[in-house]
Amino acid sequence: MKNADYTIALAGNANVGKSVIFNQLTGVDQIIGNWPGKTVERAEGLLLHSGKRIRVIDLPGIYSFSTFSMEELVSRDFIALEHPDAVINVIDASALERNLFFTIQLLELAPPLLIAVNQIDLAEKKGITIDTKKLSALLGVPVVPTIAIRGKGIADLTDAITSLMQDHPVPPVLYYGKEIEERIAKIVPRLSKVTTPYPVRWTAMKLLERDSSIMQVVSEQDLGIVTTAGLLAGEIESIHGEPVCVVMSAERYQIADRVATEVITMRTPGEGLQKKSLTDRLDAVALHPILGYLAVIAVLGGLLVWTFIIGAQVSAFLAEFLSQFEQYEPVITGPLMDILWNGAFTGFTAGVTLVIPYVLPFYLLLAVMEDSGYLTRISVMLDRGMHKLGLHGKAIIPMILGYGCNVPAIYACRIMETPKQKTLAAFLVTLVPCTARTVVILGLVAAFVNIWWALALYAFDILLILVAGRIAFKAVPGESVGLIMEMPDYHVPSLSVVLKQTWTRTKSLIWIVFPAYIIGSAIIQGFYAAGLLNPVNDLLSPVTVLWLGLPAVIGITLIFGIVRKELTILTLAVIFHTTNFGAVMSPVQLIVLALVSMLYIPCISVILVLASEFGWKKALAISATEIVMAIALGGIAFRVLSLVM
Amino acid sequence: MAQEQVEEYIEAIYDLESRDGSAKTTAIAKCLHVAPASVTEVLKSLSDKGFIQYEPYRGATLTYEGKEIADTIKRKHRLLEVFLADVLKLNREKVHDEACRMEHTISGETENALCRMLDAPAHCPHGSPIIPCNKGVGSCAECDGAGKTDMPVAIRDKKIIPITELVPEQKGQIAFIRGDYKVVQRLSDLGLTLGTSVSVMRKTPMDGPVEILVRRTKLAIDHAIAENIFIESPGTGNV
Repeated sequence: MKNADYTIALAGNANVGKSVIFNQLTGVDQIIGNWPGKTVERAEGLLLHSGKRIRVIDLPGIYSFSTFSMEELVSRDFIALEHPDAVINVIDASALERNLFFTIQLLELAPPLLIAVNQIDLAEKKGITIDTKKLSALLGVPVVPTIAIRGKGIADLTDAITSLMQDHPVPPVLYYGKEIEERIAKIVPRLSKVTTPYPVRWTAMKLLERDSSIMQVVSEQDLGIVTTAGLLAGEIESIHGEPVCVVMSAERYQIADRVATEVITMRTPGEGLQKKSLTDRLDAVALHPILGYLAVIAVLGGLLVWTFIIGAQVSAFLAEFLSQFEQYEPVITGPLMDILWNGAFTGFTAGVTLVIPYVLPFYLLLAVMEDSGYLTRISVMLDRGMHKLGLHGKAIIPMILGYGCNVPAIYACRIMETPKQKTLAAFLVTLVPCTARTVVILGLVAAFVNIWWALALYAFDILLILVAGRIAFKAVPGESVGLIMEMPDYHVPSLSVVLKQTWTRTKSLIWIVFPAYIIGSAIIQGFYAAGLLNPVNDLLSPVTVLWLGLPAVIGITLIFGIVRKELTILTLAVIFHTTNFGAVMSPVQLIVLALVSMLYIPCISVILVLASEFGWKKALAISATEIVMAIALGGIAFRVLSLVM
Repeated sequence: MAQEQVEEYIEAIYDLESRDGSAKTTAIAKCLHVAPASVTEVLKSLSDKGFIQYEPYRGATLTYEGKEIADTIKRKHRLLEVFLADVLKLNREKVHDEACRMEHTISGETENALCRMLDAPAHCPHGSPIIPCNKGVGSCAECDGAGKTDMPVAIRDKKIIPITELVPEQKGQIAFIRGDYKVVQRLSDLGLTLGTSVSVMRKTPMDGPVEILVRRTKLAIDHAIAENIFIESPGTGNV
């Protein structure tokens, strides 16, 4: 956001209503992107208040600063290095202890801090009343109660933010147990010789916790301090017999528990508490050994039905409508501008027929599932199965999205925890046959061989994903952690949050897909007009003709397919001057072509998205792997199928 | 009666009891390849020692003392199996018989040294769980530390069980978390610190994730991680 007078950040656990507050504070003008070089979503918006332009950053939902996930490092560095004018810690009134555990870690970083105790209505329903004035007095920072979903307390919050931004108060220090404080006191004075962008007490604590990135920063200036801190940490470890990080977590929870006990009044279990909560009753179905799976199948089946029936029809209708203006002509001749225009318009059509029928509804449904809390239940139900792929339950989301379009599916891989799991999930997503590839399989195999061979290709693909998943799990470096996930209470999703999330995500996608399609199509048309494609066919013929047993012209169609897979069929029709592919190619050739199209690099948009999420190195590695795999398997299939058919 | 024989019988009774509910004389005889008559005799002597409860025709069940011996033997047996298979690279099929012979001779000290060296494995090569030791430590890291400094470690007086063995609504206090410190760290950040009350909300079939309630929040935890979280003396009630 340009020209902002102030910057503030929202921080807190996941599922506390942080994004609702973000939406309440900022207008429609949000930007959702990535933190530079990280596979972590970054949401930014603008708050206009009493003539000031305030930039609002929604930090990722995290529980601690000590596990060193990318989300945690991004948040911590933003608060420590960018010095926001205010940090709003959104906490869930129903789970005060765990939320205060994070608050305590925020206080250590000493930014101008403000606490929004959200969802106080839900806590009241559970019999929990929180004395926010006392909480404010105990922690020494302003506390505002809110019910964000109904807009309550937002005005108070904005006022509190304004005064915080002007005064920049430093929150008071919280003290830990004696054996910790004594050792912090030994490190602090020695840090006066060292300059770090971080607060001194915080740096001392991090050295004591053996935080590798802080140890690195300090050791470059004074190795002695790091060594001393290491020895002091060792002393704590031998007192408690546990890693110092775990000791610190226990210390922080002790403070959190103490504060929570002082400010919470529990109503004695009365009328309201005896009956089961809505969440418990819904979970009795959603997590039921039989009904739960039926619910998952219904939701996932609904997504597939949408893709194959409704999405495909809407897509066909849009393509039909747009073709009134310009027809796709692969063998176009004429002035260069016309040729490029033809290519560019085809690209535009491709973009429209992708985003409207597939991407938008998927994002909408994803936002609803995410916001309502159902997504976590699906992950729990499918955790076991996803273990076979070296992933856990959450990975089902990108995989399912992949059947519609790989591009949003790759974005969805952000929900995985470790870089390894993100990369692995994205790789497997690119093997999921999207609608465009489905069109190729249906158009070549189901139409001219039979439906069973088409289904066999699908079955083979699922098998391949299983096998590739296992191999990639071994081959991709990094660690993979089992599922440890909070199960939030269900709630009715906020319409404005869902719509804004859908729109901002779609918006960021459009900026990749449309340029890729438009420019890519124009360039290929240009190449064709310049007579460069026949030499390309000749160049590819050792692979296409000798190894795969396909006609030489397939070289062109495979290259067209890089821009968009269903162009393979359109190009083929024009080159052969017929749509009856059964007459020009044998069943074996049709199956091999469909197989190769299904597997070789997804398409140009997918490569670009992979590059923007994971860097070019990984994007190219995945593309190369898939080209090799497609060619290898295609050649083998050609030889095996020639024997049997 | 030799200690080894006692242990062999207790082990056989333990296996049969967990399979059939009680160990019948004929089944024990078949299992240990001995005559039924000699089984009856040994069972009487075990009953006298207070290790089993024995009723003719109904079969034998282990007493609390008998169960403790069985737990120790099972732990030694499975640790040895891991050692033989993973360190000595013996064939998986062979390790059972080999461990059967070794389990009676190794001391408690060797048992714990094996456990430390093998990084406190949770399962034997055949997938059966290895119960944790009864040292009064909060995590395996603590045991490692104690090993280095020769610090005397108190013995736990209460039996600990993994939270996966709790029935829904049952609660208990976290006594020990086995495993990698990164997992311990993640769990403690989410509020699973030693001494905290937890209860199991729901278990999913086929060793799927376990849903637990801790500090007023619900967490879904991978089964393999959950079975390494141990709690003390379960009771019923709300957390």
